[in-house]
Amino acid sequence: MSKVANHSPGRRIYSTRFATIVVWIITVAWTVPTFGLFVSSFRSKTDIYNTGWWHVFTHPSFTFANYREVLFGGGALSLGNGVLPYLVNSIVITIPSVIIPIAVATLAAYSLAWIKFKGSDFLFFFIFALQIVPLQMSLIPLLQLFTGGAHIGHITLIPAFGIAGHFAGIWLPHTMFALPLAIYLLHNFISSLPRDLMEAAHMDGANHFKVFRQIVLPLSIPAIAAFAIFQFLWVWNDLLIALTFASGTEEIAPINAKLASLVGQYGSGWQFLTAGAFVSIAIPLAVFFSLQRFFVRGLLAGSVK
Amino acid sequence: MGTFISDNAPKFGQVFIAVFGFLAIMSAIFFIAGKANGKKSKPIANIVFLGPAVLLLGAGLIVPTFQTIMFSFKNDTSQKWVGLANYKWIFTDPDIHLVLFNTLLWILVVPVVTTGIGLGLAVLMDRMKNESIPKSLIFMPMAISFVGASIIWRFVYNYSTRNQPQVGLLSAIVKLFGGQPQNWLLVKPLNTFLLMIIFVWVQTGFSMVILSAAIKAVPADIVEASALDGAYGWRLFRFITFPSVRSTFIVVLATQVVGALKLFDIVRTMTGGNFGTNVIANEMYAQVFVQFNQGKGSALAIALFMCVLPVLFYNMRNLRLERSHR
Repeated sequence: MSKVANHSPGRRIYSTRFATIVVWIITVAWTVPTFGLFVSSFRSKTDIYNTGWWHVFTHPSFTFANYREVLFGGGALSLGNGVLPYLVNSIVITIPSVIIPIAVATLAAYSLAWIKFKGSDFLFFFIFALQIVPLQMSLIPLLQLFTGGAHIGHITLIPAFGIAGHFAGIWLPHTMFALPLAIYLLHNFISSLPRDLMEAAHMDGANHFKVFRQIVLPLSIPAIAAFAIFQFLWVWNDLLIALTFASGTEEIAPINAKLASLVGQYGSGWQFLTAGAFVSIAIPLAVFFSLQRFFVRGLLAGSVK
Repeated sequence: MGTFISDNAPKFGQVFIAVFGFLAIMSAIFFIAGKANGKKSKPIANIVFLGPAVLLLGAGLIVPTFQTIMFSFKNDTSQKWVGLANYKWIFTDPDIHLVLFNTLLWILVVPVVTTGIGLGLAVLMDRMKNESIPKSLIFMPMAISFVGASIIWRFVYNYSTRNQPQVGLLSAIVKLFGGQPQNWLLVKPLNTFLLMIIFVWVQTGFSMVILSAAIKAVPADIVEASALDGAYGWRLFRFITFPSVRSTFIVVLATQVVGALKLFDIVRTMTGGNFGTNVIANEMYAQVFVQFNQGKGSALAIALFMCVLPVLFYNMRNLRLERSHR
């Protein structure tokens, strides 16, 4: 240890050879489960059930049959039309569930940061606090609102939305539940924009709408991108909201809900589960690896400040 | 293929309408509200900017919270008041005791393990060569859903009956060392810990990334000066690094506690809450959507809420402190 420290104290304070080995062992341990499932998704049913996936190193043999059957269905097991429609549903659910909360939250964050009124600080604290309210608190009332509307006694305040069982009935909860974190993150960013910039614009006669459109929005793109990735992963990977608000049908249920029910149905239909799992995690993994920098920035802005 | 397109194209039509309809309405409001000037312009701007968020938060979180509180004092269909009966059920039913015990186990074990391993990795990786590769790989499960992660680990824990070859990694390893593979997910209380491993596997990357950033923010001259004074390895960690990142460590720990409390997907996908692995969030779901008992489900939601309240107050205090420093 002392030898390492003497060499160059700044560069190698913890990173001894021992540390490097430990890190790599943990990394391998962390990656093996995913790798095993990935390899298995390309093995035939007989192979999967007769030999462990590690046999591919000695007896390589691969097939795309699992993917074909999982995506398009029509095979021996009744997968119906396959998971492709559910994959479409996931995309359909995700796009508005990312864009709409970001728009709403950016507006709110600007207002809380730059159009101060009595109580705007209190409101910000309140929204911040809402961040960790479990969404279980909202599920039952929200579902009732969507199916039955809101009433006091016999007076109907809000008629039945009629959006239960439609995509709108999933977009809306996702939007609502995303707002506290989105507003908090974007407020952190927007409130740190230079004051001079805003004041100069107002001097030139720009009102808040113009300032927002021409100054705040363009400058906030990095923060918006960071949150967008966050929200994308959250919506795509969600199960609770999907189970509660989407009825599990091919019309609107996302792939995650379908996968969860496949696990229940074919507890060990590994030829489907392996390929199905990879179909569902391919898109978030691609997003994750290509935009990791933004994602990390968003995480850091959210928790260490 | 033809029916696939005709079945699914309208869905994208809905996306288009939702997104562009929303943006068009917002632009129209912007345009009209932007015409206002003089004294009214500031309140109008506030209403336009803040209105949608307040409305959505009110309808989506605030009003429902009060409704859930009310439901928790009502019967299964929310038609009759039943006083504290649902809460009495939580505290007296032996099945729920197990649920509460498991949840407690989750919040005691999982956050410490995830944050601990995360910190350990962050420290060991600090200034390591090629640190970004192991970092990405350990962080990767963050992008995988709990459902996907559950399938990955179900395969690791897979058990084949006696005469079949063991294709699950865990069974194979146990067999390699001369042990007897079992149907792991049925073994109490081991199964709860096997589920915890999944959560740890997903969340450790989060702890690691955030703590790693905090460690990098420790001023280099402090670290180098203490290293010259003879503090390296464990001593450096104990007296310099850890104290510098302690506040971040606690924030991460608190985040993991909240995550472990709300945990639902893993239990739902792996065991459905059976075999003694049930937790509050899953039981709440089961009460509402399987047993159709809104009263009990709401009371469980409130119990969950009570558990996160201390973290909520802690976060609020931090935010206030941080703001007063500015």
